[in-house]
Amino acid sequence: MNADNKNTRISEEATIDAVWAILKTINDPEIPVLSITDLGVIRNVGIQNQTDSSEPIITITITPTYSGCPAMDLISVQIKMAMIAAGFHQTKIEQALSPAWTTDWITENGKQQLKAYGIAPPVGKSFDNAYLEDLAIECPQCNSKNTTLISAFGSTACKALFKCNDCKEPFDYFKCH
Amino acid sequence: MTTLNKINYLLHLADNALIIGHRCSEWCGHGPVLEQDIAISNIALDYIGQARNFYQYAAEIINSENDPSLGFVLPATEDSLAYLRDTPDFKNNLIVELPNGDWAVTTLRLFLFSTYQFYLYNQLVNDADTQLSAIAEKSLKEVTYHLRWSGDWVIRLGDGTEESKLKIEKAIEYLWPYTGEMFINNDDSISSDWNKKLSSIFHDATLTIPAKSWMQEGGLKGIHTEHLGYILAEMQYLQRAYPNSEW
Ligand SMILES: [Zn+2]
Repeated sequence: MNADNKNTRISEEATIDAVWAILKTINDPEIPVLSITDLGVIRNVGIQNQTDSSEPIITITITPTYSGCPAMDLISVQIKMAMIAAGFHQTKIEQALSPAWTTDWITENGKQQLKAYGIAPPVGKSFDNAYLEDLAIECPQCNSKNTTLISAFGSTACKALFKCNDCKEPFDYFKCH
Repeated sequence: MTTLNKINYLLHLADNALIIGHRCSEWCGHGPVLEQDIAISNIALDYIGQARNFYQYAAEIINSENDPSLGFVLPATEDSLAYLRDTPDFKNNLIVELPNGDWAVTTLRLFLFSTYQFYLYNQLVNDADTQLSAIAEKSLKEVTYHLRWSGDWVIRLGDGTEESKLKIEKAIEYLWPYTGEMFINNDDSISSDWNKKLSSIFHDATLTIPAKSWMQEGGLKGIHTEHLGYILAEMQYLQRAYPNSEW
């Protein structure tokens, strides 16, 4: 490999790292404590250098949490704005449906952020066949496992509504999906 | 499958999702209790999202064909397919366009239909068309929830009070003739899996499956009940009155 190629590769890697750093600063519009990278909706960052040495095209692949998630359009706009603010003017956003998003992709950091925000993070792996009623979900306020399902659908499609029988607070649970 | 057949099949899947999603959305603000109002509104949102995915894919194929003789407004978009087609162009099953009626009709219809979708999507996940299989994979996760939620309601109403049981029995009588159409053009395994699921939920709900009877059909060919026209009039009004308007 000649030196030129190596330099290009290093600068490509640096650019991709820079893009990931930008994406980390963008939060989910419906759960504003959670960055979209912690949520696991960014599937890939790609870079395509132009032969005429103009600005490379950055392709960011995102995946929706739920098909009808109204936040996806807003997230795309936010990404484009953040990229422009950081000096990237050629950003393409692509949507990938497969493999389908799963709560397994929420990072450990993301789960801690959720709990601190008052949303119980998903317990177990997606496609566990356990019914919501049968899960021992921990109250994010007092950590009691003495909790009851109120509704399988909470304030958004990705959450269920529980109540704590000890501290009596209702809370959202981020469902395994 | 010819390209036109493929487009029509995608529109059939899209129309089903859009119309049942619209019916579910009619409950928004009218649910019996807040939690259930939120639940059915979320289900509506899932369905509208699935419809968008199918319409977008159909539009992509229509535009790459770029053939006016296929009969679509060009360029096609998800919006033109949802908002600018007339009643006879819609290919949804009749069961999804029937009015919501009461909570028993609404939840039973969702149970009958989402059970069918569950087994259909399970099959489409393995389709050779990777875009179709990707949409099916995504939709399947959501439909699994719809099926659980609506199945729980069927059990709760059937195995509930005298009045709730009477209501769900009336709902069965009303919806039953529309169940046969779901299995036209589908593998027998889908109807046998559907029947198994139905038996198990109806057993828990202490309900009786009706005897075999004459079944309504026509939706796949664009022959609809009088109800679809009213849905489209409401849903399409804005795009028809103010073409190309955007939010
Ligand atoms: Zn508590």
